[in-house]
Amino acid sequence: MNRSGFLGDVLKYRTLLLMLLPGVLFFILFAYIPMAGIVLAFKQFNYAGGVFGSPWNGLDNFRFFFESGDAWRVTRNTALYNIAFIIVNNVLQIAAAILLFEAARPWFRKIFQTMLFLPYFISWVVVGAIAYNLFNYDYGTLNVVLKALGMQPLDVYNTASYWPLLLVLISAWKALGYGSVMYLAAITGMDREMYEAAEIDGANIFQRMLHITIPNLYPTVIILVLLAVGNIFRGDFGMFYNMVGNNGILFSSTDVIDTYVFRSLTTNNDIGMSSAAGFYQSILGFVTILLANYAVRRYDKDRALF
Amino acid sequence: MPCAGMTKTGRCSKGEMSNMQAQAQPAAASAGKKAGKIKGDLLLFQLIGYAVLGVMSAICLLPFLLVLSSSLTSESSIIENGFQLLPSVFSGEAYRILFTYPEQMLRAYGVTIGVTAIGTLLGLFLTSMTAYVLSRKDFKWRGSFSFFFFFTTLFSGGLVPWYLLVVNYLHLKDTLIVLILPMLLNVFYIIVMKSFMNGIPEAIVESAKMDGAGDFLIYARLILPLAKPALATIGLFIALGYWNDWYNALLFVSNENLMPLQYYLYKMLGNMDGMRKALISSGAVVNTSIPTESLKMAMTVVAIGPILLAYPFIQRYFVQGLTIGSVKG
Repeated sequence: MNRSGFLGDVLKYRTLLLMLLPGVLFFILFAYIPMAGIVLAFKQFNYAGGVFGSPWNGLDNFRFFFESGDAWRVTRNTALYNIAFIIVNNVLQIAAAILLFEAARPWFRKIFQTMLFLPYFISWVVVGAIAYNLFNYDYGTLNVVLKALGMQPLDVYNTASYWPLLLVLISAWKALGYGSVMYLAAITGMDREMYEAAEIDGANIFQRMLHITIPNLYPTVIILVLLAVGNIFRGDFGMFYNMVGNNGILFSSTDVIDTYVFRSLTTNNDIGMSSAAGFYQSILGFVTILLANYAVRRYDKDRALF
Repeated sequence: MPCAGMTKTGRCSKGEMSNMQAQAQPAAASAGKKAGKIKGDLLLFQLIGYAVLGVMSAICLLPFLLVLSSSLTSESSIIENGFQLLPSVFSGEAYRILFTYPEQMLRAYGVTIGVTAIGTLLGLFLTSMTAYVLSRKDFKWRGSFSFFFFFTTLFSGGLVPWYLLVVNYLHLKDTLIVLILPMLLNVFYIIVMKSFMNGIPEAIVESAKMDGAGDFLIYARLILPLAKPALATIGLFIALGYWNDWYNALLFVSNENLMPLQYYLYKMLGNMDGMRKALISSGAVVNTSIPTESLKMAMTVVAIGPILLAYPFIQRYFVQGLTIGSVKG
C-alpha cells in the first residue's frame, strides 16, 4: 500500500490507534468533557436546563465566593498546610533515609523500613479510626496518658487550634515510609568513592553526612520539593475529610479548597458556587504547576515534567 | 497522588547491590589508630540512628497495636480507663457481635474484593496497552497522544462537572460500575509503565514484525511477559487504590448493598446509632448495651486485616515501584 497523507498514516497505524482508543475515550469522558463543564461556574444551574441549558449569570458565583471571605480562608489554609507538609515531611523523610542507609545494618534496615512504610498502605478512613482512638475526649489514648500524668485532658475534636499541628503530624506519619524510600534510592545511587576518600582523609561520619550525603541529595530534594510546590493549591481531600469530616467547629483552621468545594456541592447543593470555587482552584493549580515546572526546567532540564 | 514522584527518583536500583558491598568495606578498611577514632564516631552515629529509627518505627506501629488492643478490651474497661496499649480486661465480645451478624460486613468485603479484582485486571490491561503504544518509537502521533494524556494531570474541570457527568449524564449512581470505572486509568501509572517499556530492546519488536506479527500480538505475546516486574508493581498500586477507595462510594453510593469495605467502615464509625439499631433488629444483641467503642475498633481491625497480612509479601513491589520508573516519561 502506497498511500500517503493523514489517511495513509491512520491506515498504517490502525492497530496501534485501536489499542489507544479505550484510553483516549476514557480521558475524553472523565477529563476533557468535565473541562467543558467549567461553564457551570458562570451559570445559574438548574436541573431542567442541565449543564449547557442553564442561564448565564456572569461572575455572580465568583462574587459570592470571594465576598463571603471563604475564598481567602480556604486558599490560605490549603497553601499553608501544603507548605508545612512539604517542609516537615521532607525533613523527616531525608533524616530517615540517611539513617536507614548509613546507620542501620541491612537486616535492621529492612525491619525499620517495613514499619515506616506501614501507614502508607491504609486508607484515610482507617487513619480516621486511629485518630479517634488517640484523640477521643472520653476514651482517647492521649487523654488516658494526660490523666495518668495528672494533667488536664484535651478536647481535641472541639478545639480548632490543635489541628494544624495534628494534621502536620498525621501527614508526616502517613508519608514517612513512602518518601524515605525515594530518598533512600537517591542515596543508594550515590557514588561511594567520595565517602571512602573522605574517610581516609579522617572525616568522621558526621562530617561525611554534612559535607557529602546531604549536598549530594540537594538535586533530588529540589526537584521533589518544586514538584510538590506545584501542587500547593490541591488539598488532600481524603485526609481532611476523614480527620475533620463535617465538624464545623474545626473549619476555621482545617477547611481547604477541596473540602469546601465538596461541602458546597453535597451539603448546600450550590452547584454554581462550588463550580466557581473548583474552577478557581484549577486555574491556581495550573499556574503554580507551570511555574514549578519552569523552575525545575531551569534547574535540571531532564527532570522537568514537560 | 501515590506516584507523583515515582518517575522522579532519578536512580534505579541497579546500583544498590554494589553500594551495599561498598558500604561493608569501610569497616574492614578501618585499621590503625586513626581508624579507631572514626569507629567511635560511627558507633555514636549508629546509636543515634537506631534510637531515632526505633522511635519513628514505634510511632508508625503503635497506633495499630492500640486499635487491636482496644478491640479486645471489655467495653466497661474502656469506659472506665479509656483505650490502652494492653487490654486491662480482655474481651472478645466485639468480635463475637461482629461475627454473629456478619452479612453486611461480608457483603462489603465481597464488593471490595470484586471491585478490586475486576478493576485491577482491567486497569492493568488498559494501562499496559496504552503505555505500549506510547512507547513505540515508530508511532507517528506518540508525542501528541502523550501530551493528550499528560495534560489531564495539569488541568481539570474540578469536582462539580465530573460529579454531574457521572450522576446526571452517565446515570451511574448506585452501581458497581461507578466504583470501578472512574479509577480505571491513571496517567502516572501509564507514564511509569511506558518508561519501563522504553527499556525493552526495539530489536525484539523489529524481529517479530519481520515474522509478520501484528501490533496487538507483539504487545500481548512479547511485551507483556517482558514487562512482568512493572505489571506486578503497577498492578499492586492499582489494587491498593481500589481496596482503599471510599471516595467514589461517598459521592455515588447510598445503597447499603453496594458499599465497599472502607466506606462501610466510614459509615459505621460515624453512625453507631444506625449500627445499634441494625444489631438489635437482627437479634445479634438483645439489649442496648452494645460495646460501641470496642466494636468500632474491631471493625477497623477487620477492615485492615487483609492488607496487614499481605503487607510483608507485597511491600517490596511498592519499593520497586518507587525506583522502577527512573526513566523520564
